[in-house]
Amino acid sequence: MSTQITTGLQVRRSVELTIDGQKVSALEGSTLLDACRASGKEIPTLCYGDTITPKNACRVCMVELEGSRTLVPSCSRKVEAGMVVNTDNERTSHSRKLVLELLGSSVDLSLTKNVARWNEGYGAQPSRFGAPSFHHDDRDEATTGHHHAPNGETAETVHQPVKIDNSLYIRDYSKCILCYQCVDACGEQWQNTFAITTAGRGFDARISTEFAVDLTDSACVYCGNCIQVCPTGALMFTSEYEMRQDGTWNEPEQTQTDTICPYCGVGCALTLHVQDNTIVKVTSPSDHSVTHGNLCIKGRFGFQHVQNRTSD
Amino acid sequence: MDLKIASATATSQEKSAVDSLLGVAPETSQGGERNLAGHRVARGGESLRSLRHMLLPTLHAINDRIGWLSRGAINYISQRLDIAPADIYGVATFYALFDTNERPARQVHVCIDLACRAVAGCKEDSIPTGAIASPCIGVCERAPAVLVIETGVTPRYEVLAPATTSQIVDLVAGKSAGIEKAIAAAVPQAPDASLVLLSRIGRVDPLSIDDYIASNGFAALRRAIEIGAEQVIAEVTASGLVGRGGAAFPTGRKWSAVAGQPVKTRYLICNADESEPGTFKDRVLMEGDPFALVEAMTIAAFATGCQHGWIYLRGEYPRALKNLTNAVEVARSQSMLGENILGSGFNFDITIFRGAGAYICGEETAIFNSIEGYRGEPRNKPPFPVEVGLFGKPTVVNNVETLFNVLPIINTTGEKYASWGTTGSKGKKLFCVSGAVNQPGIYEVTFGATLRELIDLAGGLKTGSQLQAVLLGGAAGGFVGPQDLDLELTLEAARAAGTTLGSGVIMVLDQSVDMVDQLQRIAAFFRDESCGQCVPCRVGTVRQQEALARLVNSSGTNNAAVDLQLLRDLGQVMRDASICGLGQTAHNAIDSALTRLKVFSS
Repeated sequence: MSTQITTGLQVRRSVELTIDGQKVSALEGSTLLDACRASGKEIPTLCYGDTITPKNACRVCMVELEGSRTLVPSCSRKVEAGMVVNTDNERTSHSRKLVLELLGSSVDLSLTKNVARWNEGYGAQPSRFGAPSFHHDDRDEATTGHHHAPNGETAETVHQPVKIDNSLYIRDYSKCILCYQCVDACGEQWQNTFAITTAGRGFDARISTEFAVDLTDSACVYCGNCIQVCPTGALMFTSEYEMRQDGTWNEPEQTQTDTICPYCGVGCALTLHVQDNTIVKVTSPSDHSVTHGNLCIKGRFGFQHVQNRTSD
Repeated sequence: MDLKIASATATSQEKSAVDSLLGVAPETSQGGERNLAGHRVARGGESLRSLRHMLLPTLHAINDRIGWLSRGAINYISQRLDIAPADIYGVATFYALFDTNERPARQVHVCIDLACRAVAGCKEDSIPTGAIASPCIGVCERAPAVLVIETGVTPRYEVLAPATTSQIVDLVAGKSAGIEKAIAAAVPQAPDASLVLLSRIGRVDPLSIDDYIASNGFAALRRAIEIGAEQVIAEVTASGLVGRGGAAFPTGRKWSAVAGQPVKTRYLICNADESEPGTFKDRVLMEGDPFALVEAMTIAAFATGCQHGWIYLRGEYPRALKNLTNAVEVARSQSMLGENILGSGFNFDITIFRGAGAYICGEETAIFNSIEGYRGEPRNKPPFPVEVGLFGKPTVVNNVETLFNVLPIINTTGEKYASWGTTGSKGKKLFCVSGAVNQPGIYEVTFGATLRELIDLAGGLKTGSQLQAVLLGGAAGGFVGPQDLDLELTLEAARAAGTTLGSGVIMVLDQSVDMVDQLQRIAAFFRDESCGQCVPCRVGTVRQQEALARLVNSSGTNNAAVDLQLLRDLGQVMRDASICGLGQTAHNAIDSALTRLKVFSS
């Protein structure tokens, strides 16, 4: 049986599929992840963002699709009538556990939401690959197709110094899982600026400007839309970074206030994150119909005038 | 998009290298040219961005002329093609043959991959100073192999194989490699007109279309036009031909799928990015019988309704490039290619597209990204190439050897072709035999021959050699041992035995070969060649290499058991969760060595 739901001028049929033995219906064009979440399954995601076309690069959301030789990425596989999907068996658990271990052993996930809980749930032990290595050649200078042979005593990581080259935001690529969201937000999916790219190949792949120049020499327009989509804290407001360094960052004490950007007539929605009566960063609701979480430099960073108080 | 381009400017040589490919940049300082109505015409935006597929050829043009890609050069390309400099940098740093740092005009690439290290001991740390360690350059029958690239006004690409250490030292010092050994030397069976796929090797001048025609050339194309596209597909389907690149997908089914697409703009790609360590059959076919590839591609395009074809040729094959370029140009000049082929009204042309040092670009969807001017990262499937391929259009991707098989099928019948071979493996197959045999080279057999027969065909083991292991199918394949000599080399027998024929590699390793070293090289290879897109492959290949490094020291201890379990876990996640075949097969050979050969279980 299929039902039709009319949304505007588009007619979207619903299709029936089986998830973990249960029959569920989902709208044609939606993904397995949508269908799983709608039926109450928790599927972990890392590189998936709600405003960017999924790159399905992290592979943590893999589910088993009967008839498919490999597991499939639920974030980007579209539903089809008659699919039989398993989201929670030995094979999917093994895959998620290993992906969490591979990422956890090579990237600093300390600011990535839910990871600690998932590690526990899937029994992931990133440390079983060995102690992390923090000594590296400059990753920006890696030679494509060549590497230094490891001795196995430590587990290689993507550790490198934090890039601080402007006063608005920092880039801590030790925390980068290469989800590609910042590149897509900067490039063709939102901003059309193309200041950053994925450079290099394999384990040496990294987010970079051309020739790894400072952002101030790049095409960056400081819209901060890359910060908005970054799931791991690799891209961060300088204000937040400095407070974290000073030990004064206190997220539970912060309030969030939604408002409209005062600068122009577009009417972008802003969420002001406030700690101790001071704006510490600005985000934008990704489900807002005006800009889907995107802002320009003024909305994102131009809040200083609000708090230029004269002291009594 | 407003490009922000930094101040570095291109040198006149860099500009001239780009202009020689793209034409001279239009002079716009006095305003653009006027159209018929007298209005200024702006050039840029969409009209430039539609040239994105010229990016890799443009990078090659500068690399061939200057030897490396400077900031100024990338800025100039940025202006000419309306691509952001960062975007170009991302593409340029994806390919191992390019460099964004200044380097000498002459580079001597010495193969340190499986066959060359097994036969000649060529390793990263043993090659002469100044030489560059290179993954397999596809001349395994004459190991060790060296590729010399000297950039300049007339760039030179030379291959020397086999090369002695002192010869490599001379090459680094600037000495010429001299004339490369004859193509037919790679085919010990040649000359033999009774062969089906290799019949012209060593008998027919690969540069002469007259010779080609005199030896039955273009007969299959004439017959294809005569019987019509549908019948061509019917014959290929009846032949039971499956892809020879390694995945063994039925060719007839692929062709039917594209022929049945509602979208009429369709493309054909010949996958000639042969980079699987130990594989060199496609190189020999393209060098020795290039017109046959042109003819087979034209038939494939005719059958499936493709208007244009690309040969995605790996960048390390200079003689194949030269001979194919000649073949395409000559065929075009004789109306065998281009408009109204053989008076049939069918139009089809071929572009030869050079890869730039990336094994992953042999993955069928990575080829699309590479040709389109993006990083050669595989795409997610579905959609499959037969529906959404190159430039978003239905696309046929066939391996070189697969296409060569189309000629005998059309020259006879699909039924006749299917009479060769076994129930599950039809027709003729080329094997690349290398390593400790007397006559390494390409061998053509009818499906059904055993491993022992292939080794005998290659002159048997070298004197003093005892068989230790055979690598079947390349780095993505698997090892078998002396107990497997009677394995029938068919798809079904290989599958039943838990191994694979892959791309037809038979690398014979004798007792002198250090198996642990071979495994470490395989692990290093996959680490170097992973595109880096997905976590299981990007990090898994590194962890696999680290675990092997630990096993070298801990073999037989408790720690070894831990690392062996780690390897199994890594193998499973790479196989289950990687985006493409590279990651999915990156553990196969290592797994086979652990389970079949019991390496590390002492």
